[in-house]
Amino acid sequence: MGHIPLSWYLILSAILFGTGIAGFVYRKSVITVFMSIELMLNAVNLSFVAFSYQLQRIDGHIYSFFVMVVAAAEAAVGLAIILTIFKNRGTLQIDEVDSMKL
Amino acid sequence: MNFFIVSLIKIAIVFAVFMTTLAYLQWVERKVLAHIQSRTGPLRVGPHGLLQPLADVFKLLTKEDLLPPYVNRFFYLLAPFLAVSLALVSISIIPFGPEVNFFGTRTFMQISDLRVGILFVLALSAVSVYGIALAGWSSNNKYSLLGGLRSSAQMISYELPLTLAIVSPLLLANHLSFREIATSQAGYYLGFIPRWNIFQMPFPQIFAFIIFMIAGFAETNRLPFDLAEAENELVAGFHTEYSSMKFACFFMAEYANMVTITCVATLLFLGGWHPLFPAPYSNWVPSAIALLAAIVFFLQLRDPARKRDRFTFPVFALVALVAAVLFAIPFLQTYLVPLFWFCSKAGLLLFTYIWVRGTLPRFRYDQLMHFAWTFLFPCALLNLLATAFCVAVF
Amino acid sequence: MDTFLFIVCAIVSVGCAVNLVLQKHPISSALSLIGVMGSLAVLYLLLGAEFIAMAQMIVYGGAVMVLFIFVIMLLNAGTEKTSAKSWFAQIAGFPLLSAFVALLAFLIKVVLPPLHPVEFGSWVGGTAEAIGMLLFTKYLLPFEVTSVLILIAIIGAVVLARKEID
Repeated sequence: MGHIPLSWYLILSAILFGTGIAGFVYRKSVITVFMSIELMLNAVNLSFVAFSYQLQRIDGHIYSFFVMVVAAAEAAVGLAIILTIFKNRGTLQIDEVDSMKL
Repeated sequence: MNFFIVSLIKIAIVFAVFMTTLAYLQWVERKVLAHIQSRTGPLRVGPHGLLQPLADVFKLLTKEDLLPPYVNRFFYLLAPFLAVSLALVSISIIPFGPEVNFFGTRTFMQISDLRVGILFVLALSAVSVYGIALAGWSSNNKYSLLGGLRSSAQMISYELPLTLAIVSPLLLANHLSFREIATSQAGYYLGFIPRWNIFQMPFPQIFAFIIFMIAGFAETNRLPFDLAEAENELVAGFHTEYSSMKFACFFMAEYANMVTITCVATLLFLGGWHPLFPAPYSNWVPSAIALLAAIVFFLQLRDPARKRDRFTFPVFALVALVAAVLFAIPFLQTYLVPLFWFCSKAGLLLFTYIWVRGTLPRFRYDQLMHFAWTFLFPCALLNLLATAFCVAVF
Repeated sequence: MDTFLFIVCAIVSVGCAVNLVLQKHPISSALSLIGVMGSLAVLYLLLGAEFIAMAQMIVYGGAVMVLFIFVIMLLNAGTEKTSAKSWFAQIAGFPLLSAFVALLAFLIKVVLPPLHPVEFGSWVGGTAEAIGMLLFTKYLLPFEVTSVLILIAIIGAVVLARKEID
């Protein structure tokens, strides 16, 4: 059976993180921007787990577990904020939400 | 190499039996519902409608496969595929019996054992909501959308009590693999009370079992929680726009989810394949039941209700007799008796599903949410606390 | 076999991630993200992190993304409007991003000490038992703090989303 160099995992993580940045900067819908952040968190999780394999210790797993918990909490609050934005301004375009007061 | 061949044989057997079960479950459901409502149910195709599933399959295959013009094509086609494939995967980690000798190889009556089996089932049940949600959204139809929305909210809400109810037997078994959980429930208190989790001595898991079953009804979108397809308000909910095999996929997914939930309940709470009373006697129970069935058929023959029963009842009696003989052969007993106990427990729970459908009316949507969050969730939490306390102290 | 599985999952995850950025409709993006998460779960399994793989599917796949899809369906979010982009982003965006990723890859190749090659099944430290043990001993305080964080998040979400009382 084949062996995979661990650096492939890290490079994959870097590519996913870069894609997340691209989505975060490029997209205009609040929801998609939010999803790009989730993608970046996932990429970081992958490198945590990969380093955990390198060190043969599971502390990295615990970190990625905490990242998941934080992401879940963030999703709950973030989506509530998105709902409120949509209720107050009737749009999800991030560049149309540009004034502090209505 | 041996492992691959044995695995392939196991997969083939489980697949064939599972598919037949899914087809006949629908026949059983129609028959039971009909008798609850003083009807006869399917009767025309084959004796007592026994060939009805076959006829249904032909009907569904030959119906026109409609593609409504305003749907989102990709997701519309993806949704039934997602629903059915995710629903069928879970059966692969359910153990049906103990370790047996299979042509010289020691193997388990299970396709594969995962160390995180219960988490795998939870993950699949969590992901299976997408099939319904996507079907509702992509149909571009307000009833479907409402059905999909209701279903996703309902499944998120009921996942919580379901998971909390699962945690208590896990605390007792101290393991996440189904095989270990079932093995930990072997044995008897005082020589006759089975050590199943539902009879667990310091604190019986009966509440966890009831909570699990209620949440399971909601997870599989069955009555009284089938708000996603409530036909008197939403036409047919998320599958309004689906026809032919795509509709059959949703249908099959629903039944497969039902079978999975009942199998998981059997393994977690009812001791899996362990019999109700100790071994020397329990091995003869299946034979005795089959014999009893044969005698009942023969007695019914004296006064048949319908003319054709004169021909069908002797056949049924003969089948029951053959089953009785098969269950009595000591060589086959090691395979068949655990299977019998597993299937009878799961079958009983499936019957409960149908029974509840025939008895209870549908919930209103706000009642459904209220029930989950203000009653079921605190109950599951209290039960978990009590179990944890008992595990810590005893 | 391992390499093949890794390559398939890597291609699926990168393809889904790129699809997330390029799709115009939020629900397509959400589904691509679910694809990324599923293939990442397989990669975690290859790295011997079975608990994290399942947690990934339950927490991300089953809870977070269902919430996303629920909100998209609830708001009936349509395809997003493209607005004018700055000339700098149009010209330099993609090259800069590739340069960034290439720099990271270079650093990984050069700076890091020699890494273990990954072989499926050679190290399975990430069992639920081991993680639970560590979580409730060494990381007990962070664990408890996360529960407070979740409580705050629940209250925040309820406050934000509650109906105005007239």
